[in-house]
Amino acid sequence: MEKLILRKMKAGGGDMLLNFGPQHPSTHGVINFLVDTDGEVMRRAIPEVGYLHRSIEKIAEQVGYPGFMPYTDRVDYVAAMFANEGYALAVERLLKLEVPPRAQVLRAISCELCRIASHLVSVGTMATDIGAVTPLIHAIREREAVNDLIEALCGARLTYNYHRIGGVAYDLPSGWSDRVLRFLDHFDSLIQEWDRLITFNEIYVKRLAGVAVIPREMAVGYGLVGPNLRGSGVDWDLRRDVPYGAYRDFKFDVPVGTGYRGKVGDAFDRYYVRVLEMKESSRIVRQALEKVPGGEFMAKVSRKIKPEAGEAIGRVESARGEMAYYVVSDGTEKPWRVRARTGSFLAMGIIEDVSPGLMVADLVALIASLDVVAPEIDR
Amino acid sequence: MTSAPRPYAPRFTPRWLVALTLVAAVVLPTLFPLLVLLLAPLDRQAAVAAALRWLGGALGTDLSGPMAQDVGFAAYLLLLAFAVVNFGAIFSGMAVWWERRIAGRMQSRVGPNRQGFLGFFVWIADAVKFLLKEDLVPAEADRLLFRAAPYFVVTGFVLTFVVLPFGESVVVADLDVGVFYVTSVTALVVVGILVSGWSSNSKWALFGGMRSAAQVISYEIPAGIAVFVPVLMAGTLSMQGIIRAQGAWPWEWMAFRNPAALVAFAVMFVAQLAESNRTPFDLPEAESELVAGFLSEYSGFRFALFFLAEYGNIWVLSALSTTLFLGGWQVPGLPPEAIAAVRGEPIWWGYQLLSMVVFAAKAIAVANLVIWLRWTLPRIRVDQMMNLSWKYLVPMGFACLVFTLFWQLGVAAAPRLELASGLVLVAAAAVIAAVFVRQVRRNIELVQGDRVDLSNW
Repeated sequence: MEKLILRKMKAGGGDMLLNFGPQHPSTHGVINFLVDTDGEVMRRAIPEVGYLHRSIEKIAEQVGYPGFMPYTDRVDYVAAMFANEGYALAVERLLKLEVPPRAQVLRAISCELCRIASHLVSVGTMATDIGAVTPLIHAIREREAVNDLIEALCGARLTYNYHRIGGVAYDLPSGWSDRVLRFLDHFDSLIQEWDRLITFNEIYVKRLAGVAVIPREMAVGYGLVGPNLRGSGVDWDLRRDVPYGAYRDFKFDVPVGTGYRGKVGDAFDRYYVRVLEMKESSRIVRQALEKVPGGEFMAKVSRKIKPEAGEAIGRVESARGEMAYYVVSDGTEKPWRVRARTGSFLAMGIIEDVSPGLMVADLVALIASLDVVAPEIDR
Repeated sequence: MTSAPRPYAPRFTPRWLVALTLVAAVVLPTLFPLLVLLLAPLDRQAAVAAALRWLGGALGTDLSGPMAQDVGFAAYLLLLAFAVVNFGAIFSGMAVWWERRIAGRMQSRVGPNRQGFLGFFVWIADAVKFLLKEDLVPAEADRLLFRAAPYFVVTGFVLTFVVLPFGESVVVADLDVGVFYVTSVTALVVVGILVSGWSSNSKWALFGGMRSAAQVISYEIPAGIAVFVPVLMAGTLSMQGIIRAQGAWPWEWMAFRNPAALVAFAVMFVAQLAESNRTPFDLPEAESELVAGFLSEYSGFRFALFFLAEYGNIWVLSALSTTLFLGGWQVPGLPPEAIAAVRGEPIWWGYQLLSMVVFAAKAIAVANLVIWLRWTLPRIRVDQMMNLSWKYLVPMGFACLVFTLFWQLGVAAAPRLELASGLVLVAAAAVIAAVFVRQVRRNIELVQGDRVDLSNW
């Protein structure tokens, strides 16, 4: 059977059809782009998703409420904390459960550390995709340091499974705060080094500034979220505008793209917003560590979770933007339906409209600047 | 976190392995240049005749006929060719190792460290592995062209060694059109890349081949124009002639004797980087865009040949820069006349060796610059690459050429002009170098205090 997407491609009457993926160094996972090119210039690129589809939402209907938590790690394995938290928030709302303040602060700390780790991967792969290999390794080195901290917290380095319905799995290890503060001192100076290393490199800026511009209206229209949306100049951050958990208590700025080197909403803005967000995350973690409240880190939750029939949504500001879990309960031990709304999937939709007229090399910059990860697209 | 113990402490290396590595590291790269030193400066016809007389005496036959002379001369040339080709191959292999060590260091990782002391034998291991790999020709590829392509590339690379000098009298052939010869034979490389891109029956390879063709043809123009500047200043196209026209001290180098020549050096260096597909001009094999570009479908020995030429071209680039702009093999305090005066005496061989060391040191310094650039800069885009060549480098090259014409008139009127320019520019270069060193120190201090960590070697 002919693929629908191929028929769509042929209807366009392309010159050369290039299968950009699913095995390609710059697609950040198994994604395919059908690229219609005229030499180096693209007529358009159509993303073809689904190569990493694992029916995670369907699995939720089989494993019950607490059992689904490890699966949420796999929704976005670059930033698993947020997927944990979003699902936990949704189920807590179903249960009308109050999370202890200590657990909320621990969630915020773990999430912001995870945001730093995720953004490090994002900006590092961005540099690699533009052709500079060295910055990626430096970013990965720092990410390993973050992973060490998270490992000390919850025992895992990639799929954390740290958050629980009603709290978090483990309390702070002893001496951990000092380790985190020492890392953050090092990390704050590292961001300056990062800017000198790659951000304001002339070639790098030339490759990104003014490339793949997503205007404000288009970003909103396509439902972009997170740094991609803020890169287009829309000042919207769930942590500040619809605060959840402990975020009410923290002071932080929301970096917004202002056309730092080119136009508002170009690839450089999306990239630089992420660099600035890492600084803000560092600020949030410092504030949170100063005032970790005492008390329980886990609410009283019965072993069998059986919410009343109803529905709830949990929204978190993930590293890749707003992530929402929509959970419908029919009163049994298993959810009737779980739906994850992720930023990467929507970011893929915009590529077809942004790509016409870009060069093949710009497609790489566009994908990297949208910071899509394959598991979050397909789930 | 810097406080954690280093998880990968250096392994204990047996002493014999260290010794073996050091011996190999000294012998392998010097063996063939020494052979060239032995063969190249000889009075060739006489040497062949003498060798034939000796051989004839040993075999008891008369080998002095013209037929035997021709065969003997051909054998002599083959031996010389064997020596320079092997030097190119060994430099290429060692450059791979050296680049990987530097890349490891720059990226705060270890790099190869298992095969021999400091991982020195990794390039030999790589070569053996390439030979054992399956030799794949993709279905529907143009089999003949696909197989022929690597040989174009290697031929284009190897032929340059005919005129690249090694020392004062150590050169395979001092052609009086040497500079033209280099620019024309290196063009063979692009034929090979284009053929490989076309014949692979892969869209990525085709992209790479087309990019390479556009790139190399564009950048040959600024490179060719920039090369004219030292040619004008020296009044000869011969590589050795250009070196002889320079002096040993920095202010006597072409690069500093004329302000335009410094610009021309920059133009030529950038253009040569582009011609040898090095970052930031590695578009033909841009791995994040084109998977591996024209190399996508190659494996095994053919892939090894491409790599041989690619890394060997670092030497070509460096040797060319050294020859044209950086004073070549000129030894400070030892003008070529002094060397020529002692020809025939044993010390003459020592002077030759000294000049080879000077040349190699300069070339390796330039090669390190090339490697350093690769691990620092991102890649530019196709249209930017074209813009850079046609809008900036070509006009700059022409401006340098015209300036040099008038400069030479000025020098003819006031010969002190060159010395003045040389001293001023060298002083400026020294200041820039000092500022650079200070900035590097400051960068290091910002990250790791006043401690420079070199323990990873």
